[in-house]
Amino acid sequence: MIVTYRRVPAVHHVSGVFEAGSLTALAGPNGAGKSTLLKAIMGLIPLSDGRIDRNGASTRQMAYLPQVPEIDRSFPISVTQTVSLGSWPRTGAFGAIRPSEHARAHDCIDKVGLCGYADAPIAALSVGQWQRALFARLMMQDAAVILLDEPFAALDERTTDELMQHVRAWHDEGRTVIAVLHDMAFIRRHFPQTLLLAREVVAWGATQDALSDENIARARAMTDRWARDEHTHAEHATA
Amino acid sequence: MHDLYQLTIGPFVDFAFMRRALVACLALAVGAGPVGVFLVLRRMSLMGDAISHAVLPGVAVGYMISGLSLWAMSAGGVAAGLAVALLSGMTSRATGLKEDASLAGFYLTSLALGVLLVSARGSPVDLLHILFGSILGVDDNGLLFVVGVATLSTLVFAVMFRPLVVECFDPIFARSVGAGGGRVHAIFLGLVVLNLVAAYQALGTLMAVGLMMLPALAARFWSEDITNIVVVATGIAVASSIVGLLISFHVELASGPTIVLTAAAFYMASIVAGARSGLLARWLRRPHYHEPEEVKR
Repeated sequence: MIVTYRRVPAVHHVSGVFEAGSLTALAGPNGAGKSTLLKAIMGLIPLSDGRIDRNGASTRQMAYLPQVPEIDRSFPISVTQTVSLGSWPRTGAFGAIRPSEHARAHDCIDKVGLCGYADAPIAALSVGQWQRALFARLMMQDAAVILLDEPFAALDERTTDELMQHVRAWHDEGRTVIAVLHDMAFIRRHFPQTLLLAREVVAWGATQDALSDENIARARAMTDRWARDEHTHAEHATA
Repeated sequence: MHDLYQLTIGPFVDFAFMRRALVACLALAVGAGPVGVFLVLRRMSLMGDAISHAVLPGVAVGYMISGLSLWAMSAGGVAAGLAVALLSGMTSRATGLKEDASLAGFYLTSLALGVLLVSARGSPVDLLHILFGSILGVDDNGLLFVVGVATLSTLVFAVMFRPLVVECFDPIFARSVGAGGGRVHAIFLGLVVLNLVAAYQALGTLMAVGLMMLPALAARFWSEDITNIVVVATGIAVASSIVGLLISFHVELASGPTIVLTAAAFYMASIVAGARSGLLARWLRRPHYHEPEEVKR
């Protein structure tokens, strides 16, 4: 599989399987193509080559939390309304949001610890509370596959711990979870599987093996090499 | 009592042209109010303005082919408006040029082409008619067209409200659940163009945008909930239409600009007194710092 971004292959020759029900961390240096890989799995960007077999599931049965959601936080919508959007796979674009879905939305809001904020406009939430609301929407989606792009960036320790408990719960419920993460210690603590990416697969497997010192050093060396290559390309272009 | 009647209801009872103008304005207000709200939320407040200029060559071509025929001019206007909206959208997707930049490029081209066409064939009076319209001279066809567009627009909003909101609020989520992308956006652009073309012959292309945007901007100061904002915006547009028409009747001012200026007055009042984020509300809710009791002791 090859995914091209701005005519540069951002990820190539990734070949492997995310086991159903696995909890995988997607690690690698900046520019390694982690986010690109998630978007490709989600079908948001086309593949230049190769294919992704979603095992018969449509991308609509998958839930995706982007790294920096393109959301205008001053948009006039409440926490409950935002979370209720997670019922989309069941209501579709036109179906009514039934009382059972409403009850479920409130349940999800309570679970992520936003009890008092159900009717608050999203503009009133802090960064951490906003991420909790997005997690509540993910729960509402009830997806078999959940893709998270740096879900804990810019969050304090308590919020991270509480949201990580939800990720663990999803794993225990048999959902497949893939999360882009940077903190190696955090990955070692919480994630059984790791895919270490540097535009191609450096290592993929049990976290202890994948995140060996040797593999991490190799990923770094590969990054340095592209930086040099692209720099030379740029010089050729201007010459 | 009689004075109040003459001030408010009398003109509509006594004069058929005022009744027609009222119906046309109310239809425009109901159609354009919600469209304006979504333009504001999509940060495309100036797009209505650009599109209203862009319809000109289409209107001019319609005029050249079949004279002052409402249907020919409207069809031309819709075609030109949609062409500019879609071309600029496609250009920005294909080249990475920002959407507002490519829209500016296309609408300016379209406007110049329109003025060229009108001045080559028509008289300056026709140009003025197209640019500034005349709500007091709306004929049966015009009325049918305006009311038809308002009906269609209301129906589309009723059916597509959720996809429209989601596509505007969180486009990546919309795409991830398979509801986003081009279709919803294209339908919305179609509504923008239809409403502007419906309004051009009543209010004039330039004034039409005023009735679309000013109530929407004013409504943003009153609520934190998108459904309420749509209702408030439509209400302000309706009120501006009625009050504006009456003022223009009694003081003998041009009707189009008077209606838009009435909407502008609502906008100014909302900036000051809006319940959610008006200046007064902000001032009353400014943070007060009280020293904690124990520190005082």
